[in-house]
Amino acid sequence: MVQIKTAKRISQALWEIPTSYKPGMRVPARIYAGEKLFEQMEDGIIEQITNVALLPGIVDYAFCMPDGHWGYGFPIGGAAAMDTRDGVISPGGIGFDINCGMRLLRTNLTYDEVKPKLEHLVDTLYKRVPAGVGAKGIVRLSKDDFCNLVEQGSKWCHKNGYAWQEDLERTEHSGCIQPADSKKCTQKAIERGFNQIGTLGSGNHYLEIQVVRPENVFDKELAQAFGIDRPDQVVIMFHCGSRGFGHQVATDYLQTFLKVMGPKYGLNMPDRELACTPFQSPEGQDYFRAMNCAINMAFANRQMIAHRIREVFSDIFHKDPHDLGLEQVYDVAHNTAVIEKHSVRGKQRELLVHRKGATRAFGPGRDELPPIYRKTGQPIIIGGSMETGSYLLVGIESGDQSFFTTAHGSGRTMSRRQAKRQFRGDKLQQDMKRRGIYVRCVSHAGLAEEAGPAYKDIDAVVESTAQAGISKPVVRFIPIGNVKG
Amino acid sequence: MPYTYLDNLTTADVAFQATGETPEEMFISAAQATMAVMVPDLDSIDNLQTRRIYLKDDAIDMLLFQFLQELIFFKDAESLLLKVESVKIEQGNNQYELSAELGGEAADPDKHELVVDVKAVTLHKFQVAQTPDGWQAVVILDI
Repeated sequence: MVQIKTAKRISQALWEIPTSYKPGMRVPARIYAGEKLFEQMEDGIIEQITNVALLPGIVDYAFCMPDGHWGYGFPIGGAAAMDTRDGVISPGGIGFDINCGMRLLRTNLTYDEVKPKLEHLVDTLYKRVPAGVGAKGIVRLSKDDFCNLVEQGSKWCHKNGYAWQEDLERTEHSGCIQPADSKKCTQKAIERGFNQIGTLGSGNHYLEIQVVRPENVFDKELAQAFGIDRPDQVVIMFHCGSRGFGHQVATDYLQTFLKVMGPKYGLNMPDRELACTPFQSPEGQDYFRAMNCAINMAFANRQMIAHRIREVFSDIFHKDPHDLGLEQVYDVAHNTAVIEKHSVRGKQRELLVHRKGATRAFGPGRDELPPIYRKTGQPIIIGGSMETGSYLLVGIESGDQSFFTTAHGSGRTMSRRQAKRQFRGDKLQQDMKRRGIYVRCVSHAGLAEEAGPAYKDIDAVVESTAQAGISKPVVRFIPIGNVKG
Repeated sequence: MPYTYLDNLTTADVAFQATGETPEEMFISAAQATMAVMVPDLDSIDNLQTRRIYLKDDAIDMLLFQFLQELIFFKDAESLLLKVESVKIEQGNNQYELSAELGGEAADPDKHELVVDVKAVTLHKFQVAQTPDGWQAVVILDI
């Protein structure tokens, strides 16, 4: 547990650790959290976020979001912006699961229409969206096609009939980030990923059917703008990433960076997971191009799953997915480093913003947002634990304080082994069914690891982001069906 | 059991300590600990296919990192769950060389209880050390 005296309280939900805390800190560390969440954070977070503050080129602060927890390198929930001219790029500030992220689809359907078919829907999604250890993808690709896919992301899916035009607009970076160069990825990375397109994965990766109760709409106008426009509306949310491909890209470059960071660039960090090189170095640029391929792979992966979800709903309701209103609300990335322009003390600067287990949260007016969301601000999808619920937030102007970054989920508070000791998957599944949540899972032990009490209070996380002024709640979702990898 | 899972090193991921009298024994223990995160009953994996691997590194800890990474690679690239049949580590020319035979079979949800994917071996607090009793490693796996 964190000692509150370690930090200075800046406001209700913001704490600062000064540079005097650790030799070599270039900037202070700032942690977003209400008092209770802050007290519950592990000491490891303080160690890790103050390590982030040691990275060359870091601008303003090393940030940790309210769902932050102990990870490797950066804490999960960590964010740091580096100057693109003299700053570094670090795989440990992005994570192994590059562009692990969330996608939200809306429907025209209400709870009463879905309820009689709920079990059939979840069973069919479970069968048709491959999940779990060793699962193979839903399209067979040659390695050459896979290389095209990782360079083009969702655009590849659109060309091949797996995406609607508006899906691309409603995905960060239109589902295709550049520069992406598959020649910068190893053969190993390609071999690990080319048969995994359209797979959910496991662990905290899931696909959920959720409902919006009228009392959980906090801003009706914004909800409407995001397609949440009827009482008891049903939506589908899912969480997954770049699978083995992204994991291997990160692993490969972690080793490359470790070999050169000291001898070639004179960089030395206290944790090998903070391996880094100057962003403008050949190694830094190669990793950037390979990482962008993994970002694109994850966009395409979620696009293929969205396509499969539309097929399943269409089959079960005997209607075209357009008639079911199965539109994408948005797709957000969690684990990335992206070049963005930000105002730093009145001056526009180009920064490489690392977000690890954190979400971009652009306020209204940003050019990067598609026309439909330019006035509202960016929709932000916050996945909760499978028992408690999830949120749709919006980016706001005052988010510029954290380079427009907010939380990404509820954040673990209990280790996986602890959760397995405390909960039994089969019993949990029955309990959840009684409470109106129908779950299908690959493994009961895996389910137990994801039990609700293993996570922080999602309401407190969202409240902290609102108190701090880095995002604002729009809608809360209640789970009714869940497919867990 | 020559490995134990540790609760005090990570919240979201899985940490373990593996031991052995020799580097080879410790490498086998670490491989078991890694695979058992995904498939708790290692005895349910039959030896139907084999893969041979050769690795080299100038540091023994990075050799272990690469070795565990191979198991994760085969799990994704070929859906293969592999156990170590034999492993040999030699040292010479300031370099460690490893050769190993891995045996196992394709992941099958009807046959194996598949709990959770290991995404990667992390280098956070990663440690290989020679102790009075032999060899020991501390590893955190990304889940």
